[in-house]
Amino acid sequence: MDYIPNTEAEKKEMLQEVGVNDTLDLFKDIDEKLILKEPLKISNRLSEIDVRKKIEAIAQKNKLMKNFLGAGCYNHFIPSVVNHIISRSEFYTAYTPYQPEISQGALQSIFEFQTYICKLTGMDVANASMYDGSTALAEAAFMAHSITGKNKIIIPKTIHPEYRKVVETYCSMHNIDCVEINYNNGTVDIENLKNEIDDNTAAVLVQNPNFFGCIEDIDEIEKFAREKKALLVACVVEAVSLGVLEPGNADIVVGDIQSFGIPLSFGGPASGFMAVKKEHMRKMPGRLVGQTADTDGKKGFILTLQTREQHIRREKATSNICTNSALMALAATVYLSMLGKQLKNLANLNLQKSHYAYEKIKHLDGFEPAFSSLFFNEFVIKCNDSEKSISKMQENNIVPGLDLGKYYPELKNHLLICVTEMHSKGDIDTLVELMKE
Amino acid sequence: MKLIFEKSSAGRKAVELPKLDVPEKTDLIPTNMLRNELSLPELSEIDVMRHYTESSKKNFGVDNGFYPLGSCTMKYNPKINEDISRLPGFTSIHPLAPESLNQGALQLMYNLEKDLCEITGMSRFTLQPAAGSHGELVGVMIIKKYFELKNENRTKILIPDSAHGTNPASAALCEFETIQIKSNDGGCVDLEDLRKHMDKDVAGLMLTNPNTLGLSDKNILEIAKILHDNGSLFYCDGANANAVVGVVKIADMGFDIVHLNLHKTFSAPHGIGGPGSGPVGVVKHLDDFLPVPLIDKNKDNYCLNYNLKNSIGQVRAFYGNFSVLVKAYTYVKSLGREGLPEVAKNAVLNANYLMSKLKKHFDLPYDTVCKHEFVLSDKGMPNHITTIDIAKRLLDYGYHAPTIYFPLIVHGSIMIEPTETESKQTMDEFADVMVKIRKEASENPELLRNAPSTTPVKRLDTVLAARKPVLKYEE
Repeated sequence: MDYIPNTEAEKKEMLQEVGVNDTLDLFKDIDEKLILKEPLKISNRLSEIDVRKKIEAIAQKNKLMKNFLGAGCYNHFIPSVVNHIISRSEFYTAYTPYQPEISQGALQSIFEFQTYICKLTGMDVANASMYDGSTALAEAAFMAHSITGKNKIIIPKTIHPEYRKVVETYCSMHNIDCVEINYNNGTVDIENLKNEIDDNTAAVLVQNPNFFGCIEDIDEIEKFAREKKALLVACVVEAVSLGVLEPGNADIVVGDIQSFGIPLSFGGPASGFMAVKKEHMRKMPGRLVGQTADTDGKKGFILTLQTREQHIRREKATSNICTNSALMALAATVYLSMLGKQLKNLANLNLQKSHYAYEKIKHLDGFEPAFSSLFFNEFVIKCNDSEKSISKMQENNIVPGLDLGKYYPELKNHLLICVTEMHSKGDIDTLVELMKE
Repeated sequence: MKLIFEKSSAGRKAVELPKLDVPEKTDLIPTNMLRNELSLPELSEIDVMRHYTESSKKNFGVDNGFYPLGSCTMKYNPKINEDISRLPGFTSIHPLAPESLNQGALQLMYNLEKDLCEITGMSRFTLQPAAGSHGELVGVMIIKKYFELKNENRTKILIPDSAHGTNPASAALCEFETIQIKSNDGGCVDLEDLRKHMDKDVAGLMLTNPNTLGLSDKNILEIAKILHDNGSLFYCDGANANAVVGVVKIADMGFDIVHLNLHKTFSAPHGIGGPGSGPVGVVKHLDDFLPVPLIDKNKDNYCLNYNLKNSIGQVRAFYGNFSVLVKAYTYVKSLGREGLPEVAKNAVLNANYLMSKLKKHFDLPYDTVCKHEFVLSDKGMPNHITTIDIAKRLLDYGYHAPTIYFPLIVHGSIMIEPTETESKQTMDEFADVMVKIRKEASENPELLRNAPSTTPVKRLDTVLAARKPVLKYEE
């Protein structure tokens, strides 16, 4: 199937209008020797029936198990309404709302998204979304460097290891130093932070709840950042936590909203967000939607403050971001409209169930908690042999958690376990029973 | 239309959460960290469904009508792609589950990479970048790292004046100085100007080919030679690859690095501005510079390979916008070797046909065979009618407007890209409307100046929006 509507007869008429005999005559501006003479070595075209069969067979090779994995990609309930709305093709087949008069639906929903993010983070201004949480954090580091003119970014090891790698990749291109801070009992080692932070520090980045699921003392970290006139960048990877946790008094809040109505999908697409205090608005990357009026004085929405952006400012832009993750931001907007104030109850379900699991597991022989810090819906458990534990449980269609040795050599035989509202008491009890064996 | 926040009614619920089935504990979070206020709206399910359905009706997508937005390749988004990408076997898999559980996902990515390599002639692709501009950034990072490892301090990236704004922005993010190269009278790279700027500081040239005038550069091989003789790298912004897919291999043109936009050439939807996918391909000697991880095959098992000697690092969490990759893969499998060249041929035929019809009525600054798109100018329009008026009047007739005022090198650009999925009838009707608008411009210019008048809102005040920014709803 090639989705080309014109018949051979129609193509012939069109060629006549253009004044050539053959479509290939329209490629004469390309050196003849570059034109492919042989067909591509890819498979033959397929009917819809066959393409479905072929790719369904690939999908079936993925094994779905009851898993207790989080670590930046969370299995949460998604109300059916979300997929019904983002499947409306007036939305998903549209491009960026450059013609506002026929894009009010997208523009208004982005305006609502910006409002939701401000409400949840306590910030003044939020943009229309970023690719994902990791790139949003990297852009925040750039932004802090540009606002303060300083060159050092403090990045605790309690931040998601893949996020840290992304920040390092971005910063290495800009000659910004990334300095890692150790953890102590699962949260930022404050003594280490005190020693590393200095007058050349542009920002302290902090993820809350952090990669280990632990809740950071943001107020304490803020004090040290303020003392050195560094910005505080807060990063929220598990957005459901915002239902019960105070966001803290950061200058820039970034994160990922995959938890708000976006499926796991092997880690993408998710959607990043960025929210800032008003004074940093003009240094912010990404699209912004603002309210305005039409020639009759009727309220409407439009892309605004575009002089920050690449298509106007070119090499002087705050970022090169153009396409973002708008449809996923729409999913989050619909999700938040569905959940409303119940986000708090949802967050509490996560909090309670994960603590129930934690209490049960910590009393098992051969398992002990790695940290005693407060946590939200993820926690770290030390065990005798994490690899064995993981492979054994696969026989029962369970993935008990993430082996942290992949990211932290010193945390070999440690499991990061995530429990959400999707796990029933029965699921947790089964996990515990299998761990006993 | 009211905002969702204005529809809230205290006590309403749209979701029934499961009851807590474990004993409840208090004080799990100390009060100083506990959130006191959560000012989210309270609505019923039908409130939410109706609200966003109403919103959608105020939005225009490819399924609503002709969307000739130049350089954005607004082709039809096949519905099978959407269905396949929503199979539970794809949506419910966790990126950090053991690789043995995700073999299907890895296989799909591995196969897609192989197909993209065959289509472009490149050696390897990373599927990680989340958008075209993200791909550009990766490409420029590779250029930077390449010269760093060669101990050459090259500080400049050359960019033609017809380039997308993302090109200079991407180069600047990696602290390159960007040098603008002039276009010649034919709309292509001015070779004299290029030669003039070649020196040992030049790391590379970023060229969109076919360019934003819809022209394939006739001197492409010569340009590649000039760059390579200077030890510089040649980057292809593949945003317009729809014009050449299956007909020419991008690597054969002499490019070292390319990014493709799967949400353009490979039919994934644009989703009101994302998520996209911007894979980056490189020639053999740059394989090692790609971001980690790549997807490799080890006997019968697919695996993530983090072991690349010169890798620029990781550019996003996890492996890419996977569900977009599924859509692109479904598309490539549907079209196959027979269908893909037809894409380019018909995209080019459609563009030339529409250009041929419209050039009789509008100024066409570069009157030559085009590729996937062409650019008109508002020169010679009567009664001081400008491009914006034409664009807005098109909305009244039920069309999305073309890309306007870009590229910058044409006065009042009207950049039209019909794509291969539009029929002759659609283009005939569009051409008739354009001619009608041209006539209105002479006879009743107020119709254009006051356009649009049939849309949910009329022309919006951009100055007001920027002067007093209202960027969120406040009670």
